[in-house]
Amino acid sequence: MSSQLLESTINILQNEFLKSIYETALMIGISFSLSLVFGLALGFVLYLTSGKTFFEKTISLNKTVSAFINIIRSIPFIILVVFSLPLTFILVGTKIGPIAASVPLSIAAIVFFARLVESALKEVDAGVIEAAIATGASHSLIIRNVLLVEAAPAIVRGITITFINLIGCSAMAGMVGGGGIGNLAIQYGYYRYETGVMIFTIVVLVVIVQLAQLTGDRIARLLTH
Amino acid sequence: MIRFENLSVKFRNTDTEYTAVDKVNLTINKGEFFGIVGASGAGKSTLVRTVNLLQKPTSGNVYINGENIVNYSGQKLRNLRLNIGMIFQHFNLISNATVYDNIAFALKASKTPAKEIHKRVPELLELVGLADKAELFPPSLSGGQKQRVAIARALANNPQILLCDEATSALDPDNTKEVIQTLRNIKNHYPITILFITHQMEVAKSLFDRIAVMEKGRLVEVAPSYTLFATPQSEAAKALISSDYKKAVPKKVLEQEKDLYMITYKEEGAFDPVISDVSRKFLNTDLSIIEGNIEYVQDKPIGRLLISLRTRDEKDKESVISYLHRKTFISRLDAE
Repeated sequence: MSSQLLESTINILQNEFLKSIYETALMIGISFSLSLVFGLALGFVLYLTSGKTFFEKTISLNKTVSAFINIIRSIPFIILVVFSLPLTFILVGTKIGPIAASVPLSIAAIVFFARLVESALKEVDAGVIEAAIATGASHSLIIRNVLLVEAAPAIVRGITITFINLIGCSAMAGMVGGGGIGNLAIQYGYYRYETGVMIFTIVVLVVIVQLAQLTGDRIARLLTH
Repeated sequence: MIRFENLSVKFRNTDTEYTAVDKVNLTINKGEFFGIVGASGAGKSTLVRTVNLLQKPTSGNVYINGENIVNYSGQKLRNLRLNIGMIFQHFNLISNATVYDNIAFALKASKTPAKEIHKRVPELLELVGLADKAELFPPSLSGGQKQRVAIARALANNPQILLCDEATSALDPDNTKEVIQTLRNIKNHYPITILFITHQMEVAKSLFDRIAVMEKGRLVEVAPSYTLFATPQSEAAKALISSDYKKAVPKKVLEQEKDLYMITYKEEGAFDPVISDVSRKFLNTDLSIIEGNIEYVQDKPIGRLLISLRTRDEKDKESVISYLHRKTFISRLDAE
């Protein structure tokens, strides 16, 4: 009986697992890289426009961007997936599959990471920034050589959190047609009572999350002095 | 070199207005080592920060080399700042960048070519005596070393002016000495104008050519260091000097004695036998010495005696004091 169960589990995994992993990797790969680029940029916009230190009279821009981010962040992810379907269709020409799922994932990850970047930048000692301004350095030099360097450990920790968060969200996106290992667990583990598949998936996810956290912590430590 | 003209800085909260700097007029000459002293909250930092416009003045003007800079912005302001180095109480180094990169940052700010930076940073480290620390990160340095790195950064672009905002206030006495020595050394080798803010009279004594005293945003006294320490005129200056001096006397003694006076001898009067004169001339007077020392300001001696005066009546006391007044500089010391 139990060997029969094991056999069916192995059978399902052999047929589905690689495909699921690929779909998950695709969803996370796209949304993770987009969030790094645009989240970082948006985080800097939020930070740089917030006070008088860098740009004056940008408070209204700051408030607009901030409100926009808050709106997106207040929508539960599963609703955001459905809500963004028309946009998804416009952007990628389809509403199902891992690429389609990447659209809401990217949106959520970008705004999430943007807030983490913003808070990392706000932690940078104001005195250090002031000293940099006093040298006569340009904004872009201060951004590259002071803000990024000083906030780097916190930003890396933010990247780790975003990545792990994305794994969770990708399972949800999977439910509504995105595929991936989260979907595998639900389809077989939940609907078809294939506990073996469920457990295997969980183990795989735990390993990925642990590795991500370990790597992130290590990099953050290397950047801190 | 630097001239403040009717300079005021006001901070507005929603309903209150606070005047940090109140109509200050002051000229600092080229090549001077100029100190601004005052209790904390007197507005010294705010004043000095208007020189490189880290603080924008509310009204009045700041002239640097004859040019009014209060409306500078953009590239013009950045160019001005390249010519003004600044060091801070808490050093403000980039903690995740090496000592080398911290100094290189200032050179990048002036768009110095990479090759030139490579040559200049070791020179600057040599200047502040940290040649072997280039690859270290600031958290592994002592306070004095951090401030010397900050000095190297501030001097990277050969500025004409160096601003020091409580640069030794976060340091212990040994590290303070180290930083003072570095600044003196720089002053001896370069024709730089230094504007130094401090509340530590010890530091003021050993560094400045001239001193301005600030109190509640106003400039209350400007004098050469020696004159200020020997014969302070304003209440604020007297308070700063006597509070420094009082630290040497136990509080209990200060509270026990009712009539305490500080007698200050300047260089030319240092050898007059005033004390024995008094005991010879005023027979009904007891004069006891509580404390005494000689300190050197700009290499000239200032002698101080803390005396307690006991007389038969007020009239006697007055005549003793007026006698001492003619011979020395005397001021009453309050226990507070």
